[in-house]
Amino acid sequence: MILNMGPQHPSTHGVLRVILEIDGENVVRIMPDIGYLHTGIEKTCEAKFYQQVVPLTDRIDYLCPLTNNLCYVLAVEKLLGLEIPAKAQWMRVMLNELTRINSHLVWLGTHALDIGAMSVFLYCFREREDILRLFEMVSGQRMMTSYFRIGGLALEPPLGFFERVRQFANRFPEKVDEYENLLTGNPIWGMRTKGVALITAEDAIALGASGPTLRGSGVDFDLRRDMPYSAYENFKFKVPVSQDGDVFARYICRVQELRESNAIVQQALDGMPEGPIKADAPKVVLPDREKMKTQMEALIYHFKIITEGFAVPAGEVYQAVESPRGEMGYYVVSDGTAKPYRVHMRAACLANMQTLPTMCEGRLIADVVAAIGSIDIVLGEIDR
Amino acid sequence: MPLAITDLEQLQTHPAIAKLLAWNPAAVEGAKFDRDEMTIYIERSVIREACVLLRDDSDCPFNFLADVTCVDWFPSEPRFEIVYHLLSIPKKERVRLKVRLGSSGPALDSVTSVWPAANYFEREIFDLFGVRFTGHPYLRRLLMPEDWEGHPLRKDYPVEGYR
Repeated sequence: MILNMGPQHPSTHGVLRVILEIDGENVVRIMPDIGYLHTGIEKTCEAKFYQQVVPLTDRIDYLCPLTNNLCYVLAVEKLLGLEIPAKAQWMRVMLNELTRINSHLVWLGTHALDIGAMSVFLYCFREREDILRLFEMVSGQRMMTSYFRIGGLALEPPLGFFERVRQFANRFPEKVDEYENLLTGNPIWGMRTKGVALITAEDAIALGASGPTLRGSGVDFDLRRDMPYSAYENFKFKVPVSQDGDVFARYICRVQELRESNAIVQQALDGMPEGPIKADAPKVVLPDREKMKTQMEALIYHFKIITEGFAVPAGEVYQAVESPRGEMGYYVVSDGTAKPYRVHMRAACLANMQTLPTMCEGRLIADVVAAIGSIDIVLGEIDR
Repeated sequence: MPLAITDLEQLQTHPAIAKLLAWNPAAVEGAKFDRDEMTIYIERSVIREACVLLRDDSDCPFNFLADVTCVDWFPSEPRFEIVYHLLSIPKKERVRLKVRLGSSGPALDSVTSVWPAANYFEREIFDLFGVRFTGHPYLRRLLMPEDWEGHPLRKDYPVEGYR
């Protein structure tokens, strides 16, 4: 029998449609069908100035907007050859890890909800709200932050921001204990996740899986540690790896990452350097409002950047960062004008989703829901 | 910023290029080292074999296919560039392979038999650029509807679409 699941099914996290060929309760074949959220962002980017692309990147993976911002601005900064001040780099790391916690909390809540653990969802969204308030405080926006700009940050962090982050980071480990009390030792959770949706390390690599989906199969690889970007080489953290390759392994990797990310946030707070938040490049970085009102030169630069953008030297760059879901890559091609010639996003979820047939074929329909939840898909990123 | 190095003579000590040249000197059409990133232009007919060679290299196995995409250089010829981003997980190295294709009936060998990961990437290129991959197991549109006309990421396709 052919069974159609989605695109409006609540456990497909958006608009994923999977076509299941089933024999009784067993899945014989599974075919993901995507494209319901395709908005042509890559095409839109080609018609915008470089700085106008930043708000578009928020909307690709809407659970980790700051990671998208970071990946794009790093790629363009590499094309321009810009040096970014230390404070901006550390702020980027700190906010990225808060984004990772935010994204993992949404994943944990909805994944547990899919498998039937209702209350975890409410606990997770409680802490997520705290993080969204921090984002609102620093950028003015809860979700579509656009806080990283080419050459630095949009604004100086407001007074009292670091204390608020520290309060959050201090109380967060207890909250992770709470989630773990509800799930890790829970026998029902174990039965629904252990030994379910198995994938080996060889298959995961061949299918292009990355992030916790890859580390859950025992491959010890994390771009933050192994190919550091921004200022990650200054931070000490463990990369959680599990050998089992099942849903539980991916769960335990992500829950450990919550703790590690929180530790990185604390290190960033302790060592936050002083100094400017924007690179010294007046042709690229918008001037301060104060200078615009007092200096003619700043006003001219502002006018020129807004009306005609800035030219980026011809070339191409592939920048990869570790997003909550795996390797997010931006491939930016410049032809020397003020608009990107081509922007391509390497979506971690798109590659991760190719592991779905290997995980699900020959297993029960109910396990498909657990498998989809465990690879943490975001359809905005898959369809772009 | 240092200028890009495009002289193959200077770059042939790079392990991936040396390996490819030792295997088949005609396979490498050129190379570029720019902004710390290595690009190797591969002859179109040998892309699949070149990928197998790099994947199975014992010194530096590029075992992970990070991305495949395409760039349209309309109206210049050759029009399309297929871009492969390879990653070596054990050695933490990246390399970029490129294949150039002309505008009439663009097609090349699929690398799905080398890395199954290429499946969706190649379908996406087929969908949005109209480049065909021979030997692909299921070459259908991925993101656009089945009955869509045209290939939206081509440069001669208007940003607002046809109305």
